[in-house]
Amino acid sequence: MAEEHKPDATPPAGTQPAEKPAADVKSLPPTLPSSSTTAETKPAVPAAPVKPVAPAKPAGPVPVPWDNEFIHGLKTVYESGIRETSTYLGQNYMVVDASILTEILQDYRDDEGFDYLVDLTAVHYPKREKAEFEIVYILYSFVKNERVRVKTQIADGESVPSATAIWPTANWLEREVFDMFGIRFEGHPDLKRILLPDGWKGHPLRKEYGILQQDKEWVQINLGIESGQ
Amino acid sequence: MVDNDRDFYGQEWKEDRGEKSSTYLDASELVLNMGPQHPSTHGVLRVILKLDGEKVLGTECVIGYLHRGVEKIGENRTYTMFAPYVDRMDYVAAVSNGLGYCTAVEKLINVEAPPRAQYIRVIMTELQRIASHQVWLGTHALDIGAMTPLFYTFRDREEILKIFEKYCGARLTTHAFRIGGCQYETYEGFEKEVKKVCAFMEPKFGEYEELLTTNRIWVERTKGVGKLNGDECKALGVTGPVLRASGVKWDLRKAQPYSGYDKFEFDIPVGENGDTYDRYMVRVKELHQSLRIIRQAVDNIPEGPILAKVPKVLKPPVGEIYHSIEAPKGELGYFIVSDGSLQPYRMRIRPPSFVNLQALDKMVRGLLVADVVAVIGTLDIVLGEVDR
Repeated sequence: MAEEHKPDATPPAGTQPAEKPAADVKSLPPTLPSSSTTAETKPAVPAAPVKPVAPAKPAGPVPVPWDNEFIHGLKTVYESGIRETSTYLGQNYMVVDASILTEILQDYRDDEGFDYLVDLTAVHYPKREKAEFEIVYILYSFVKNERVRVKTQIADGESVPSATAIWPTANWLEREVFDMFGIRFEGHPDLKRILLPDGWKGHPLRKEYGILQQDKEWVQINLGIESGQ
Repeated sequence: MVDNDRDFYGQEWKEDRGEKSSTYLDASELVLNMGPQHPSTHGVLRVILKLDGEKVLGTECVIGYLHRGVEKIGENRTYTMFAPYVDRMDYVAAVSNGLGYCTAVEKLINVEAPPRAQYIRVIMTELQRIASHQVWLGTHALDIGAMTPLFYTFRDREEILKIFEKYCGARLTTHAFRIGGCQYETYEGFEKEVKKVCAFMEPKFGEYEELLTTNRIWVERTKGVGKLNGDECKALGVTGPVLRASGVKWDLRKAQPYSGYDKFEFDIPVGENGDTYDRYMVRVKELHQSLRIIRQAVDNIPEGPILAKVPKVLKPPVGEIYHSIEAPKGELGYFIVSDGSLQPYRMRIRPPSFVNLQALDKMVRGLLVADVVAVIGTLDIVLGEVDR
């Protein structure tokens, strides 16, 4: 599918076979290899005046800066430690330094009433230098009915302070992140694999780990069969 | 870590013990494996119990037996192709999973489903909530020793599955919705049939209650068992009926309405004590509330298109989104990171069962082994969702 369709380019008129309904114009590939020949042999489709193809797709919504009193207070205390505070599609998020992460999370819980850690997860960006992993904390406040995402970036091999002391929920969530990404959480009471078996090699949600890849050795030793792949 | 000094009823444990012994009978602590093939663990959950006689000192859950790497699969499929996979997580509430996924992607591409599609979605999702609660009630009661509710609930759930089958051809892993709305228009006589099922269900819920609510054995086995208060629930991230039974009036359908839930009138049932009995009562009341929503939706279902204009090839703009819905088990969230390509860059699923299961340890300490079974049941976990 990927190589056939390039929907965000402008389809030139006259590249469509005549029987195609006009509604399909948009989704048709603009630069089929045969397009030059068809354009010569076939007269341009008369109707279907090339709908002003949505002006090159206005690059979608963009994050806009987000500010409030609490953020302002944080910025005066931690200054450059708070790298970004934005809103994207109505959802607020902030990027902070790993060194002040615990303080920020603690402040959020104690001062702002974000007493529920909804989710804790990570994203792997192997191409980013010195910031291969992004740890995402999704917080929710029952009182304010508000969500916020606190993110921090760390390099491969670095560790993050554990949030288990702030929200006990973090216990299993951090274990899962460790299991899937190999990120260590300092101060976690029992950091070990949770979904994969103990002794498994590799961390599957890293980008370099292929979807079909298995720990063949583990499968052979523990299941006594050749690996499925 | 284990609070050895007090048992569940707050009594001192050590009062009659000798200086050195740590247990009542001078027996050494016993470690017992429950599962993964134990019928009352609802699938392949393995709980390692540390026991003092019958009393639970601590537990450890071993999970992952059903891990299929759903999140990794998500990164390797297009947005459309991934939709059926989410049905396989919480397989007794596939429709709810699908709704969560579809609404999350819609939010990412800034599309809203047309009103008619939203109504169809609400009807299907609430039917699914009833079916899911029925599976829960049947199996939970069976665990505690009441066999009849299982037959009753499964008999009645069949009527809902029949509607699903007629609507989309599948009973369990339905894939009922598409990104941008619904793929299928309702079949002829759909509204009539749904109303019929509503009328059929109402007295049945009364039957379940007749069997259990004042049943002496049921009350003895559930009242005061596995208590959690509201603050503990919040700290542990527990959501859904378990949270509401602890007195926190919080439901995502009301707090952050999606799919047009703000148009319907319904109450959020809450409990007081946060014990197993209250969780039972909350879920039973939710059954009635779901019927109420379905009736309103069927009566007011608008005409119109059922699918919004969504490009055939989905390429969401670069960005990330978190969206969650109130699934029968709690907050089901999707955190999707898009890099502007055909496939999600990261597909994180926040499963309610996984997070709720974490509360098991806190709930069963000081109880008896038999109560562990009751507490696992009352948490309403589905291992397909815990392990993903």
